[in-house]
Amino acid sequence: MITFKVNGVARKFDGDPEMPLLWYLRDEIELTGTKYGCGEGLCGACTVHVNGSAVRSCQTQMQSLAGKVVTTIEGLSATGTHPVQQAWKQVNAPQCGYCQTGQIMQAVALLKTKPKPTDADIDSAMKGNICRCGTYQRIREAIKVAANSKSAAPKAAAQKAGGDE
Amino acid sequence: MNRIEVVTRRTFLGGVFSAGAFVLAAKLMPEEALAAPLTKAEKAAWNPNVYLGIETDGTVLIVIHRSEMGTGIRSVLPTVLADELEADWKRVKLEQAIGDKKYGDQNTDGSCSIRDFYDAFREAGATARHMLVAAAAAKWGVPASECKAQNHQVVHTSGKKIGYGELAAAAAKLTAPNKADLKLKTPAEFRYIGKSLPTVDIGDIVTGKGTFGIDAKMPGMVHASIERSPVYGGKLKSVDDKEALAVKGVQKVVTLPHLTPPYGFKPLGGVAVIANSTWAAKKGREKLKVQWDGGENAGYDSAKYKQQLLETVRKPQKAARNIGDVDAEFAKGGKTHEAEYYVPHLSHAPMETPVAVADFKDGKVVIHTATQNPQAVQDTVAAALGISKENVECHVTLLGGGFGRKSKPDYVAEAALLSKQLGKPVKVTWTREDDIKFDYYHAVAAMYLKARVDDKGRPTAWLQRSAFPSIGAMFSPMANTGQGFELGMGWSNLPFDIPNHRAENGPAKAHVRIGWLRSVANIYHAFGVHSFADELAALANRDRVEYLLDLLGKDRRIDLGQRDARSQKFPLDTARLRRVIELAAEKSGWANRKATKGRALGIAAHWSFYSYIAAVVEVEVDNAGKLRIPQVHIAADVGRVINTDRVRSQFEGASTFGAGIAMMSEITAKDGAIVQSNFHDYLIPRIQESPVMTHVHLVDSNEPPAGVGEPGVPPMLPAITNAIFAATGKRIRELPIRKQLA
Ligand code: FES
Ligand code: FES
Repeated sequence: MITFKVNGVARKFDGDPEMPLLWYLRDEIELTGTKYGCGEGLCGACTVHVNGSAVRSCQTQMQSLAGKVVTTIEGLSATGTHPVQQAWKQVNAPQCGYCQTGQIMQAVALLKTKPKPTDADIDSAMKGNICRCGTYQRIREAIKVAANSKSAAPKAAAQKAGGDE
Repeated sequence: MNRIEVVTRRTFLGGVFSAGAFVLAAKLMPEEALAAPLTKAEKAAWNPNVYLGIETDGTVLIVIHRSEMGTGIRSVLPTVLADELEADWKRVKLEQAIGDKKYGDQNTDGSCSIRDFYDAFREAGATARHMLVAAAAAKWGVPASECKAQNHQVVHTSGKKIGYGELAAAAAKLTAPNKADLKLKTPAEFRYIGKSLPTVDIGDIVTGKGTFGIDAKMPGMVHASIERSPVYGGKLKSVDDKEALAVKGVQKVVTLPHLTPPYGFKPLGGVAVIANSTWAAKKGREKLKVQWDGGENAGYDSAKYKQQLLETVRKPQKAARNIGDVDAEFAKGGKTHEAEYYVPHLSHAPMETPVAVADFKDGKVVIHTATQNPQAVQDTVAAALGISKENVECHVTLLGGGFGRKSKPDYVAEAALLSKQLGKPVKVTWTREDDIKFDYYHAVAAMYLKARVDDKGRPTAWLQRSAFPSIGAMFSPMANTGQGFELGMGWSNLPFDIPNHRAENGPAKAHVRIGWLRSVANIYHAFGVHSFADELAALANRDRVEYLLDLLGKDRRIDLGQRDARSQKFPLDTARLRRVIELAAEKSGWANRKATKGRALGIAAHWSFYSYIAAVVEVEVDNAGKLRIPQVHIAADVGRVINTDRVRSQFEGASTFGAGIAMMSEITAKDGAIVQSNFHDYLIPRIQESPVMTHVHLVDSNEPPAGVGEPGVPPMLPAITNAIFAATGKRIRELPIRKQLA
């Protein structure tokens, strides 16, 4: 039995210890904002935070989660008030939208370590997240918008939504 | 009881019912015959046509029958109706239509949603607006001419006002005006058209609440993962499922029937592992031991096939277009130039793989899926299950990208077949490996071009020959040459003014499924034609922009011999192509940006989906041969623009999509099977590889709206390779570029 937290809620798991977190989130607790894109750590569509760092949930086995804290897009801010989500809306970044939750989770993690990222920082943090629709220039712009708008808001928003970041 | 819908028009376009026309057509239909559940719009106090309902509280319900795969169409097309209705967008609710022919064509493909439905949606809105005004006038006992619709209300000259909701019941009793009496808005009166309203889905997307196909579920559903023949058309020899069945969560292993030609949209067949979760199904499938008999395509080998295609284009082939006498001109001798080009197979690779959920019960099937074409789902599933199309209820989710892949519903039929077999709802989730290995591939193509030039380097004769496996082969095994619709994509309609010109096409057999990918045959045709034009300009040592404009010749409309209504509505007008070339040149600062070593601009302009697009690309190639694209300028004349921001975003996306095809994407086959499997070997651009900044310059136009989703792609390929030539002197004639610059 593994115990951990997802978006502030305590969870227990005693299924296949090798099952990737991605499928646990999607199939078992119906948090479908985290997407499947490749299952091999190649695309970033499944990005979530574990203990505050961006990880590929398709490469994160359930057995590695004991005592860990998981945050998904649903825990970032259910109402879309996180500054990164706001920035995404401001520049109309998404096209089909499928990759965007992973992009947002990756961008949030980037801004935590680099509040004012350079283009090179953005490239190196975001290069694992594929967008087949080709929204990269808007993603870059949105990250810069978020960097310039960051306030205490993320903390408050995350707490309201039961997040841990 | 009969339901009567607004009659406005019924026309044929190009031999098929035009989209919108069908819907607003006269329809008397017994209520009992409606198999499909009613939409909210149909249940509203007033349902003037299939796209619209108005409630007594003033809520306007708009039914959107096109699929949302990232173009914004789900939001944008309804704004057209709302605009003509003079509705307050904040009081509009959207409803996604299920598959039903009453909506007209639903195949969200071919960049035609706006092109085919702009008029229909305007008429639908304007008709209802007229009736609301008439209802208010009658209520007040004043002439309708003294009343006007304004922001969800009808206003009288005296200043009195009444809301749409209060008028709905009365309007419902009125007769619809004739189309001839409809007063459509003037462009100055537009409130949404030509603006940039955000999409309705953006809030759900950034919070992860949007429901894509992969997020659809049904109570009691099981999950399936399907092993398919690695060779196209291969037959199952044997299967050992003992270990698969031992995997925890796996319930069953079932066989799906082998397909027979013509393959069309039929499911491929195979062995399905049924489990209680996506993960268990996948894990079980990995334990299957399956043997296949490859059959007639088992020898398919991309390296050999490429040589075959090249041999084909080196020999005379059937002419698709012939002007003057190319042979006589070549016989004169003088300066000639020839070149061969090659573009490989490509895969769509939408970020969301094909997924469908189906529940078959009592002769009917209910489906939730990400599809570009819910009516094709109805047809395909009906044929697979042996039921009537009316018994297939297809709900359309958001699509995590489509690019043409999801207008082919083979994966939906898999779910439906399995549900029938198992007697419960089934979700089929394709893995990325399935998606890459069992796609409907963009055709591989070879081209040969030859020109004779005069002393200014201008061609006096231009011969072009192509060979590629046709999409037609999916539907008729006889189709072993390029079909008219494929040749019409940039091959049989060269817009240059050349006295002697012949476009030929030769045979090529399909050994994998071939399908349309964003901009289809334009991809290779544009690469061949516009690379060759650049080669001729280089030979003549002439400025590329000046040379291109010279090639275009005098402004004119080119008669392509097509007499269908659509071709008449959208003639190929070289003045518009000239204009976008000039605009792209101006905006990119072409005249003052001379090439330096390793850094240069390239240009190409292409007409497709009735839109005129010029791309100027700036490339940097470093000493190690690493390619970078700092900026792209796309000038586009797409006719009237409905949503400026979404049109821009489509061209930004096309810039990256085109750059990916030029730089890195390639599907190959070996021993009949596809070699690539996931994003480590089927490469598509990442953020650091994508053009850094794509500037989109839209021509302000009152022409009818033309295609937007696709036409940005084709000119990107040659614009990039032309820029590379200018920067390095290296002519790229084969895609992808990959290591050719090293
Ligand atoms: S699904 Fe996890 S990285 Fe692609
Ligand atoms: S928005 Fe479609 S994949 Fe990124």
